[in-house]
Amino acid sequence: MSLTVLNVIVAVVIAIGFAALNAAYLVWAERRGAARIQRRPGPNINGPFGLLQPPLDGIKLMTKQIMIPGGADKILFMVAPVLAMAPAILSFVTIPFSETIVAHNMDIGLLMIFAFASMGALAVLFAGWGSRNKYSVMASVRAVSQNVSYEIPMLITAITVVMITGSMDLKVITNAQAGGFWHWNIFPSLHSPLMPLSFILFFICSLAETNRAPFDLGEAESELVAGFHTEYGSMGFGLFFMGEYANIVIGASLTTILFLGGWDCPFGLFPGVWWFLLKIYLLIATFIWIRWTFPRTTIYGLLNLSWKILIPLSLFNLLLTAGLLKVF
Amino acid sequence: MSAPIQLQPGETFILNVGPQHPATHGVLRVKMEMDGEYIVKAETVLGYVHRMHEKMGENRTYAQYLPNLSRLDYLGALGYTHGHVLLIERAAGIEVPERAEYIRAITVELNRLASHLFWFGCYVMDLGGFSPLMYALEDREYILDMLEAVTGARLTYCYYRFGGLYNDVDDDFIEAANRFIPRMRKSLKKYAALVTGNIIFQKRLEGIGHISAEMCRKYGATGAVARGSGIDFDVRKNEPYSVYPEFDFDIPVYHECDSMARFKVRMDEMEQSLRIIEQGLAKLPGGPIMAEKKPKNIKLPVGDFYQAVETARGSFGIRIVSDGDKNAYRLKLRSPTYSNMHLFDEACEGMMIMDALAFMGSLDLVIPEIDR
Repeated sequence: MSLTVLNVIVAVVIAIGFAALNAAYLVWAERRGAARIQRRPGPNINGPFGLLQPPLDGIKLMTKQIMIPGGADKILFMVAPVLAMAPAILSFVTIPFSETIVAHNMDIGLLMIFAFASMGALAVLFAGWGSRNKYSVMASVRAVSQNVSYEIPMLITAITVVMITGSMDLKVITNAQAGGFWHWNIFPSLHSPLMPLSFILFFICSLAETNRAPFDLGEAESELVAGFHTEYGSMGFGLFFMGEYANIVIGASLTTILFLGGWDCPFGLFPGVWWFLLKIYLLIATFIWIRWTFPRTTIYGLLNLSWKILIPLSLFNLLLTAGLLKVF
Repeated sequence: MSAPIQLQPGETFILNVGPQHPATHGVLRVKMEMDGEYIVKAETVLGYVHRMHEKMGENRTYAQYLPNLSRLDYLGALGYTHGHVLLIERAAGIEVPERAEYIRAITVELNRLASHLFWFGCYVMDLGGFSPLMYALEDREYILDMLEAVTGARLTYCYYRFGGLYNDVDDDFIEAANRFIPRMRKSLKKYAALVTGNIIFQKRLEGIGHISAEMCRKYGATGAVARGSGIDFDVRKNEPYSVYPEFDFDIPVYHECDSMARFKVRMDEMEQSLRIIEQGLAKLPGGPIMAEKKPKNIKLPVGDFYQAVETARGSFGIRIVSDGDKNAYRLKLRSPTYSNMHLFDEACEGMMIMDALAFMGSLDLVIPEIDR
């Protein structure tokens, strides 16, 4: 019993460490990547290639005073950043990085990740409402309606995958795709010929779920100043920032597991954690690339995209897969 | 996209956009009455950077007033000083050598290009795309370097003098300009592929921010705003000045009346400016750059004088009422963005805030020029 408790504690510590390290260095990677796209050097002063920038930024944020605006709802204001970061960290617990590296594998791992992911919207809502700032309220209302409308196609697409593999256990889903890239879910199979479409749907939804450009309407700095975290300074802002990047890692991991075969090697050699990491960082690089290329959509364009295109498409895909599973 | 508004009393709230807001690009304040994300009523509030440039014009000599004019619009300053020197030269009867006028036209067009490039970058940034700003600034840097070499300044130029120029251009400038033109043409193609062709960008601009030609007349809108509404008016063609009649260039006009039309007008104008610069460099005559006969202290004859020029933002007019003294009795500046901005209050009613700010960006406002 006590061994299990110790196991969980170690796992959580490692998950926090992994999430924090990723969040810190993805900021660096994003800034360097953006600089590369925009033909400028980016952060390159502190340490080799600017690698000391994230810890120094962290120190700066942590030593700053926490300011709570007058008239703000103190409890909600303080809870929101924690609520943004905590679910992301908890989601790491059940993600299998390889056959052996998983903190706590669960039968319903997929469901758990989605359950925690939807708590992110709550953090945004608390932050916006608690700040007592009109821009923040508008931004949080936007972000929540966005999260709600993108969770639906995302879940439906995930259900399609679950129907094919017959399990919500992330390890089982990965193992079902083992043995070369042609087994991966991204490629059409007999049971679901529209799998590439599902992948694209899922990818778009995870962009929207993480509030990333071109769907970053929750922060939309040219309209809503800084969106829901306008009033946040110091580590409150830092936590939101880290939460965003942790969510990106979760989104990329989930896409990798569901569609790209997890830790499986494309050509059957040395499956292991390195393949998993390679795949998620390639996906994250795509996230960054998209952000620095496209302008922002409008809120109604975004909602129309979800309700009029993504949801019907994903439902059609679900029904088609269900029918084909029954037939064959 | 506009939606019908059914309001219950007391359901709106006031949103202060500015004076410090990322979208206003300066200290403009827009007081918006909002119904959720929809604007019920907007009111632009000015006066945060008022510096009394018109009054300054009345107690300084004409030459002393020249640097003031480059402090109006810090992005396209040469056009404004051009208007002033043209007016004084016409009123005082000073003959300007041809070479000086050609160099003026070339530098004004370069400055217009720099201004449009900066607007382009900022506008795409307003819409959430960051990278084009950096590309545009890189191109603009070449122009600023060129202009710095001949004028001695990067933004607030005071290069033109009554009767000519402060400084002749050298071979380096001509060579740099000749190198710059093909480079800029390539960049414009890149912008068309990266920005104009982007579907998100098109969706955000097409059909948004409708300004009818009637409304342009009502508010006196000029420049790209009017030309995006189908009004074929450009001071360079309609009231020719300087050496513009000798150049072969087109005035881009679009009839869609939306933000996209205004965007396309400015993008096409960049191409036309390149054409003017190209022709100017090819035709550039030799000779002096300063008028030989020029009074030391310029005094205008008694009378009322007006000169309009096409700046990067529209028709800029300067009116001087002279009582024969060495400074103006009365001086009035007609700045293009002042008229263009006042469209905003009427045009943005019923819009969503994000569309309204995208529409505001398409007006190309420079606040110190509105608030003189």
